Amino acid sequence: MTAHQLKSEIVRKEQLAKDIIRLTLAAPEIAVRAIPGQFMMLKATDKMEPLLRRPFSIHQATSNGLVQILFKVVGAGSKFLADREQGDILDIVGPLGHGFDLPDDPSANLCLVGGGMGCAPLYFLTKRLLTNRLEGSLQLYLGATTAKELAVVKEDFENLGVKVFAATDDGSLGYHGFVTDLVAESLDKELRWQFYSCGPHPMMNKVARFCAAEKWPCQVSLETMMACGISACLGCTVRSSPAKLISSNKQFLHVCKDGPVFDSGDVAWTTAER
Amino acid sequence: MDHGREINLTTHIGGGLILRNPVMTASGTFGYGREFSDFVNLHHLGAVVVKGISLLPRSGNPPPRIVETTGGMLNAIGLENVGVEAFLRDKLPYLREIGTPVVVNILGDSLDDYAELAEILNDIDGISAIEVNISCPNVKQGGVAFGTDPGMVRAVTRAVKAKTSRPVIIKLSPNVTDITVTARAAEEGGADAVSLINTLIGMAIDHRTRTPRLANVIGGLSGPAIKPVALRMVWQTARAVKIPVIGIGGIMNAEDALEFLVAGAAAVQIGTANFVNPDTTERVVDGITRYLQESGCQALQEIIGTLRLC
Ligand SMILES: Cc1cc2nc3c(=O)[nH]c(=O)nc-3n(C[C@H](O)[C@H](O)[C@H](O)COP(=O)(O)OP(=O)(O)OC[C@H]3O[C@@H](n4cnc5c(N)ncnc54)[C@H](O)[C@@H]3O)c2cc1C
Ligand SMILES: Cc1cc2nc3c(=O)[nH]c(=O)nc-3n(C[C@H](O)[C@H](O)[C@H](O)COP(=O)(O)O)c2cc1C
Ligand code: FES
Repeated sequence: MTAHQLKSEIVRKEQLAKDIIRLTLAAPEIAVRAIPGQFMMLKATDKMEPLLRRPFSIHQATSNGLVQILFKVVGAGSKFLADREQGDILDIVGPLGHGFDLPDDPSANLCLVGGGMGCAPLYFLTKRLLTNRLEGSLQLYLGATTAKELAVVKEDFENLGVKVFAATDDGSLGYHGFVTDLVAESLDKELRWQFYSCGPHPMMNKVARFCAAEKWPCQVSLETMMACGISACLGCTVRSSPAKLISSNKQFLHVCKDGPVFDSGDVAWTTAER
Repeated sequence: MDHGREINLTTHIGGGLILRNPVMTASGTFGYGREFSDFVNLHHLGAVVVKGISLLPRSGNPPPRIVETTGGMLNAIGLENVGVEAFLRDKLPYLREIGTPVVVNILGDSLDDYAELAEILNDIDGISAIEVNISCPNVKQGGVAFGTDPGMVRAVTRAVKAKTSRPVIIKLSPNVTDITVTARAAEEGGADAVSLINTLIGMAIDHRTRTPRLANVIGGLSGPAIKPVALRMVWQTARAVKIPVIGIGGIMNAEDALEFLVAGAAAVQIGTANFVNPDTTERVVDGITRYLQESGCQALQEIIGTLRLC
């Protein structure tokens, strides 16, 4: 796997909601290699603070050399990025990590579940899935706190010709409640599904449990604190599941290298350590 | 470089080991070298110091293991490593092929562990020196206990020296009252060089949940925040011992590296900066070269230990 450190120009900036930004970056070396689920480490300052780079999923990579990130402002680093303008240069490293494994079987039924900014990598994944197939069904669920956070992205997915099952915590768009409850209520359980999920940890935990009960395969994209993103600091660990511990003899997995996408059965879904 | 003029960057770091330039990587921040091959021409570095190696593999501490702090980061990795056997089988061949001097950082829980590691490594081709981590704050046994007791520092140094013909660098802990005491103990024990500083023990708390931010509660502070402390300790140590001193701590660029060289360091190691900019090491080599060219020097040695006291 080859990664690149690039000075990358912002060719487009979109404010999708109050605190949600999408940046389009010129990064041909990254775009050509990127796999859905992979991420980039962005320098989020032009000074020394915040010191460490920030990880962001690749939201889209195009054949004309562009990559996108979709993010929410949650602190100093994301604020810095949100304050950049078209024409500014960002220092980025990517593509990094192990992405989603695409299904070998073109007739597999696929279910994608995204929560919050977890929709970011799912867009890239959906596009890639649509280019290769489809004979089976593709069902997409997106959850957010409120309509404003979901509206634009939902439309983007719909423009790909995908029906979006939406859920919001406040009921302002789609189903009123957790997206995981919507999945449980509406998915055709007569079929066999392959799940892909990215979002808040508790949401993915529910998805993982749901799939485990049905014996459906499930891939999840995890987040941890990261210092390097290139498997040098060994800081980005999650605990292996008992099964994975036995099969690999590894007590911990590294999100930046073994992940961020894992088989949900490989990781221990403890909440205590988060 | 089109400035043209060749500068002699070589530096002697003890035990007869001469590096082509003074820029080394700091253990635990550069993996086993290969992780950085996309970003750095490894041939351009003075030496690669690998992640600390123990006799048996270690899985390290539970997460969270890292937290960012103002101007730095805390880590409690817990010395996760593949163990000496897998290191020699899976990691060393790549580095040997590159040809840049490899320094193997070792750690143990007992004097016997250190001695056994030194003995195993002594027979292996492609290892230029051994760096002994007596100072890592993360592991409950060994670690701090070795690095803070001058008697133990002397004993560890002797134990390792007795088993190897390779140069031995003792990596000092800054978590002591007077670092010149442990530095002298290493020298008395026969160390060929000392490197400093390892991380400073620190802590971060989330006041809302009233929980520590690291699962290990305490961790090692690194990055620009520690540079003034590191510089002070390097300066004091360089005056206290006759063996070469390798400066480490918060080096982000060539200017920082030059400060350590002026303070008396024969070489420097770059740690946390590798995470921030994976090409830092190579940039520092270029920056030092450019500075020496611009200031009319012929050789790196003209600036080492040249601090002027007013
Ligand atoms: C592989 C990966 C992919 C990611 N992809 C995206 C993405 O596509 N879009 C997006 O908006 N965010 C994404 N994140 C999360 C993003 O990295 C964090 O939101 C960002 O680092 C916050 O930096 P900050 O300086 O703005 O906030 P900080 O000041 O560092 O933190 C503010 C708050 O944000 C939370 N936070 C900080 N770092 C992280 C983190 N690594 N993961 C989760 N929460 C964090 C903490 O609760 C903290 O209190 C991803 C994280 C990972 C590990
Ligand atoms: C994530 C991390 C892991 C480290 N692992 C080791 C190690 O295995 N052995 C060791 O001697 N020092 C280790 N160190 C200490 C560094 O080598 C260095 O002494 C310290 O970080 C100070 O330098 P810096 O400020 O440039 O990072 C580690 C540091 C960090 C940040
Ligand atoms: S973030 Fe450094 S090893 Fe994964």
